[in-house]
Amino acid sequence: MTGLNSERLWRLLCSALCLGIIVFLISPMVIVVIVSFSSAPFLTFPPPGLSLQWYRKLFGASVWLDAIATSAMIMLPSALIATTAGTAAAVGLARGRIPGAGLIASLIMAPMVAPVIITAAAMLGVFRVWRLQGTLLGLVLAHATLAIPYVVFTVLAAMRLVDDHLESAALTLGATRWRAFWRVTFPLILPAVLSGMLLAMVISFDELVVSIFLSSPAVRPVTVQMWSDVRGDVDPTIAAIGALLLAFSVSALLLETVLNRQRVRPFAAQADGTVTQGAAP
Amino acid sequence: MTGGLLQLNSVSKTFGDVVAVDRISFTLAEGEFLSLLGPSGSGKTTTLQMIAGLAHPTSGEILLAGRPIGPLPPYKRDIGMVFQNYALFPHMTVGRNVAFPLEMRDMSRPEISRRVAAILKLVDLPGFEDRYPRQLSGGQQQRVALARAIVFEPKLLLVDEPLGALDKRLREQMQLEIKHLHQRLGVSIIYVTHDQDEALVMSDRIGVFNQGRLVQIGTVEQLYEQPMTRFVAEFVGESNMVRGAVREAANGCYTLETDDGPLRGCAKQAFKIGSAALISVRPERLRLELAAVPDRDRDCIRGHICEVIYMGRLRKYVIETAGGHKLIVARQASGVEAKSFTVGDTVMATFAPDDAVVLQDTH
Repeated sequence: MTGLNSERLWRLLCSALCLGIIVFLISPMVIVVIVSFSSAPFLTFPPPGLSLQWYRKLFGASVWLDAIATSAMIMLPSALIATTAGTAAAVGLARGRIPGAGLIASLIMAPMVAPVIITAAAMLGVFRVWRLQGTLLGLVLAHATLAIPYVVFTVLAAMRLVDDHLESAALTLGATRWRAFWRVTFPLILPAVLSGMLLAMVISFDELVVSIFLSSPAVRPVTVQMWSDVRGDVDPTIAAIGALLLAFSVSALLLETVLNRQRVRPFAAQADGTVTQGAAP
Repeated sequence: MTGGLLQLNSVSKTFGDVVAVDRISFTLAEGEFLSLLGPSGSGKTTTLQMIAGLAHPTSGEILLAGRPIGPLPPYKRDIGMVFQNYALFPHMTVGRNVAFPLEMRDMSRPEISRRVAAILKLVDLPGFEDRYPRQLSGGQQQRVALARAIVFEPKLLLVDEPLGALDKRLREQMQLEIKHLHQRLGVSIIYVTHDQDEALVMSDRIGVFNQGRLVQIGTVEQLYEQPMTRFVAEFVGESNMVRGAVREAANGCYTLETDDGPLRGCAKQAFKIGSAALISVRPERLRLELAAVPDRDRDCIRGHICEVIYMGRLRKYVIETAGGHKLIVARQASGVEAKSFTVGDTVMATFAPDDAVVLQDTH
């Protein structure tokens, strides 16, 4: 009896703790969203009333629009590069018999492990020499580098689920390696590739540290703009932009979760041999 | 093609220090059904993969229709293969799976759908085009795999043993199905299995593998009547083995000195006088008598019965001989020959030297 009671108490404590952590983590974001709709002329909580004035100001100010455009121009190509390179690396690591594959894998993963500030300083040093500092190309390459490990990680996990006999079968049926990849392997890992791409987009859009080091007045992504704004005069515009960023990240991650579900399902269904969803004629 | 459809010349495959396949040679005739039989890890699947082009021989040569296919990638070999786990593409319907090899050959749409429908009918799955593999039973999946491997009309079909996941009845049904396809299509088949019954039922010839070597290849009858090694004698059917030293040799017949006295047997291979050898007799070739019958044409071993197993058609006797060996004797349980013995009886097990084979005492 006491065992059961103490177990229940323990579970209650755990739930309370988790709830506390969630509130602690989420509440600043909620507050930012609320403040972004404030009618007050300065940052204050709770807001005295609601209005859309800060969004109006945001979309009226070329500084912010330019910054958002810059962020997008960095995000799209860098996500594309990270997805392509990351997928290729994952496929190679999973299938090819490359000598030193383990070493290559850990090198690819390095940006995930190394402190961002170190990566940023290192990139600044190198990009200065290559004359990439302060350019759009420099930021694109930097963000791609940061995002590649996430893509590799996601796609590698999917590759491990794909039976390599499938490719062998495609080969014996007359497919070249290239066609076997595009017709058989790629469709099976596609949800993971898309997840990886969404992660890469979020990483690029939210990235601040490396961007501070590499940006210039001409090429200034939205996060850097926010950073410099926060240090100057603060008004709820920053909350509005923050809310927009949050909305973007949350929807991207939600989409990623949905894709992930789809990725897992067909394999799970096959593993236990049960007939699942869909369409017997 | 007089040289056979497929020829392997001293093909070896090593992985690091491990020799997976050790100097294997054989020829496959057009339209032949050859089973590769052996325990798991004996090199039969690796051999199959080398023929398909999925693995490359470390040394040796493989000829298809007289031409070396070493440099040919798998997709240019036109060899069908059914994989152990079927390897059906999970994201494609049955129809798309079966159409895959035809699409790779750039066939026209109407031609493809005509052929897919025909082959699905042949494997008894008509109208299954729109199902997904995961919606099929194990047996149905295997038939789809089979259909996909033969729809492009390869000259040679390789079948890796289907996983034991199929129950016995389904396995037997599949065996017959493959056998019928073989007869109907005239395709040559190499079938890998570790199940001797399966190999016996289906094959024109069987190649027995052990530890990376092709120990013996021949018809079922040859393997049963003239095994070359102990491994073959024990792997293909049941056999009694008595160890001894060769004492006399004459015209392929040898007399071995054993713990149970001198015993005679025949061999296709030569043995030196004094060398160690085994004499092997099949359980059904032994007869039992209560007392020694003087007969120059039969050798006998004295022993007593320690177990009787009634198996319906047959009765099996386990006999412990005077020399300490265990023999298994299988006799008809009913009919003219049916004499029955009970545990503890002292008996003479007799056999004709023609029914005994002298073997090397190695694997």
